[in-house]
Amino acid sequence: MESNKDHAALAEVFNKDEDRVDWHDETLWWIRQKRDKNVHQLPEWELLRETASNIKHNVLSNLSTYLEQFEKSALANGVKVHWAADAKEHNEIILGLLKQHQIDRMVKSKSMLTEECGLNDYLATHGIDVIDSDLGERIVQLAGEHPSHIVLPCIHKKKGEIGDLFHKYLGTPSNVDDPQFLTETARHHLREIFLTRKAALTGVNFAIAETGEFVICTNEGNADMGANLAEIHIASMGIEKLIPKREHLGVFLRLLTRSATGQPITTYSSHYRKPREGKEIHIVLVDNGRSTQLGREDFRNSLKCIRCGACMNTCPVYRRSGGHSYHTAVAGPIGSILAPNLDMKKYADLPFASTLCGSCSNVCPVKIDIHQQLYKWRQVLVKAGYAPAGKKIAMQVMAATLSSPTLYHAAGKMGRATIKFAPFAVNNKLNPWYKQRDMPTPPKESFGEWYAKNRGK
Amino acid sequence: MRVGLFIPCYVDQFYPGAAIATLQLLEKLGVEVAYPKNQTCCGQPMANSGFEHLTGGCNRLFVENFAGFDYIVAPSGSCVLHIREHLHDEKQEELAHAISQKTYELTSFLTDVLKVESLPSRFPHRVGMHQSCHGQRGLHLSSMTELVAPAFSKPGSLLKMVKGIDLIELDRKDECCGFGGTFCVVEEAVSAKMGKDRVADHLQHGAEYITGVDMSCLMHMEGILKRQGSKVKVMHIAEILNAE
Amino acid sequence: MTSREKILAAVTRNQPASTPLPDLSVFSGDTDSVVDKYISVLTGIGGTAYQVGGYDEITGILNAKFTEGRVVNTVSELHPHHQVHVFDNDIHGLENVELAIISAHFAVAENGAVWVTEELMGRRVFPFICQHLAVVVPISQIVPTMHVAYKVIGSKNYGYGAFIAGPSKTADIEQSLVLGAHGPRSMNVFLMAT
Repeated sequence: MESNKDHAALAEVFNKDEDRVDWHDETLWWIRQKRDKNVHQLPEWELLRETASNIKHNVLSNLSTYLEQFEKSALANGVKVHWAADAKEHNEIILGLLKQHQIDRMVKSKSMLTEECGLNDYLATHGIDVIDSDLGERIVQLAGEHPSHIVLPCIHKKKGEIGDLFHKYLGTPSNVDDPQFLTETARHHLREIFLTRKAALTGVNFAIAETGEFVICTNEGNADMGANLAEIHIASMGIEKLIPKREHLGVFLRLLTRSATGQPITTYSSHYRKPREGKEIHIVLVDNGRSTQLGREDFRNSLKCIRCGACMNTCPVYRRSGGHSYHTAVAGPIGSILAPNLDMKKYADLPFASTLCGSCSNVCPVKIDIHQQLYKWRQVLVKAGYAPAGKKIAMQVMAATLSSPTLYHAAGKMGRATIKFAPFAVNNKLNPWYKQRDMPTPPKESFGEWYAKNRGK
Repeated sequence: MRVGLFIPCYVDQFYPGAAIATLQLLEKLGVEVAYPKNQTCCGQPMANSGFEHLTGGCNRLFVENFAGFDYIVAPSGSCVLHIREHLHDEKQEELAHAISQKTYELTSFLTDVLKVESLPSRFPHRVGMHQSCHGQRGLHLSSMTELVAPAFSKPGSLLKMVKGIDLIELDRKDECCGFGGTFCVVEEAVSAKMGKDRVADHLQHGAEYITGVDMSCLMHMEGILKRQGSKVKVMHIAEILNAE
Repeated sequence: MTSREKILAAVTRNQPASTPLPDLSVFSGDTDSVVDKYISVLTGIGGTAYQVGGYDEITGILNAKFTEGRVVNTVSELHPHHQVHVFDNDIHGLENVELAIISAHFAVAENGAVWVTEELMGRRVFPFICQHLAVVVPISQIVPTMHVAYKVIGSKNYGYGAFIAGPSKTADIEQSLVLGAHGPRSMNVFLMAT
């Protein structure tokens, strides 16, 4: 994830292997099609999206109340509640809990929040061994990488590469890439982990203010295997994961997996309310920039996100640049509107990694206006001084030319092939347009000139 | 009815044929059309690059040039969307808003205002229709595959009125071509790959022409077709609807 | 100032004016043909449904299908064919369970799920750690949608509950679907006539 290259440069590297780009694109497009097929069976789909969006708006507009209500209910259930202002505090709380219980090995199910906080690396430097139990996450962990997709962590990896990893780390025969066999191997490997770890960390999909319970959705059952065998279960959640009541789960659980993978629901939707007798559940409520984003009127709706990944699957840019090109924990369109909130300088490139085609906003189950926010982030970033100097000058020249009919007509006459306001039109080898495309043959006259001759008086 | 013809800057300079076809088509349908000669650009190239604050000059020109018309019509979904969403004039905000809402993309003007039901045109070729995103998802020129809603297409219905036309089906009905304004140079690798994939979908289904409501998308795809040495041509929808 | 106070203060300062919750009464679901729908959805997600007239029938099917290995049962009506298990505290000892038999409160037609709470599981890990899972649910207790499901759940008190829809699965390796990721390799739902 650490890289000095921006999205465009990383995507260019990704595009050096065109067959792989095609494979990546087709795989994700197939998931998008599964999503379409499933949601078209529900005539009320658009109303469900609208309803979910409105529930989340109510949550954001009463978040402080719901947070206090949730804390009170959770405490009454015998659950311990911690508050973390930022990533550092989140990581310290977890390390503290493990030390307190003298635990140095932990199993962890999917949590993009812990990716955002860099928890694994932090715990590793403090001598804690963490094993990710989601199969895709375990694969990227063995590869020394990070998830490239929030729902499909190793979607960028081919089965042969996974077979090689398993051969190296889990002792499978070489050159075996059968998914059934590799999954069975992981099953045995991870069962051993589940049975021997005293601490389990999970993420949270939804938390209910009224009852203090939280819901975790998985297909593999890895969150439940970890949490239900451990002495101590730590659940990390962003403060925006709250919803008011149980009945609202009816809306979100209908939307989540249909949007994510085209399944009607995940195999497991587990509701954790009280710890097992004699055991502990800890919830860590994490802000890490969320309260700041809440104050950004144009961008607060990004906090409605339920992490389904549909915007990534549909995004023609994501499909052809790969998740790692976004150099942030949450990639794709949603990541591109979340990341600049945390660090404008570092993520100034991301809102520009889009054609603003709008497909992301259309698939979003909570109707986040993602492409509109990408446009608005561009304005914010430029005003804050994060545009490259060359671009700024080019834009100023372009604006001056287009603000004056005289200059515009002169520029046009000077030569259509080098017209200044079309920055892609300058024909030289340094111009990226010409790497893979030609320009139109310049016509003899502009429409304006034709009109003056044929219609004008 | 007096219609002001708004011709996007790059169409004016590179694709006068699309502009002429738009003018002739509207005249053929009995509309009084005028082209204000001091128009330049809607300002979108700056705005989409994050420089909306530099578009004041374009906005002022647009308001000056088009204030007097009943409708403003342009052969572009993208530029019309920009005008509809972002045309401002601090000194006369109401006027600017009124102008922006009177601005129509060509096929929606033909469908929603003129309510065209037949055309005297003929184009006996296999044609692939590219859904330009801003027209489709921004101006709702046609239904979108992501949404659970009845299917329709304003440009598609107009093309079906053309005699002899053979409209092909695509594998991906409404995927972006990857032009995206300055995206096409800033993100050259992804942009070109998106364009190649779009073009391949049309070629695979035997298109002789690729058409659409936005010349910018078509210019991008034309650039790829030409580089590949393909004989397949791009043509703005106005030219097909105006063909006889 | 503690982090709790800091976060709550920032949230209070930055949250927009309150908007109301939307009306959920518009969503309910069609109760027609919920049985057919349930069976077809469960089959589609890799589970197997059996319509049965009595507990003997379940016993017959299970005995034919699972001939070897440790069977652990929490459904007292299946006694004496399947010894009702009294759980001890050694949950790790459940690791070698071949077949787990539990009952569920109800099933959901639109997604193939059953709703199970802790007291029906015996131990929370039980329906996850077994190699195969059998679930008994009255055929009269199939609700059409998740909206109705949560109406039925209402404000009931539970420590832990789960919707379980099909066998444990993953498609993380090149999107190839594999049943039996960590948990049960099969899910057998017995829809019991009432």
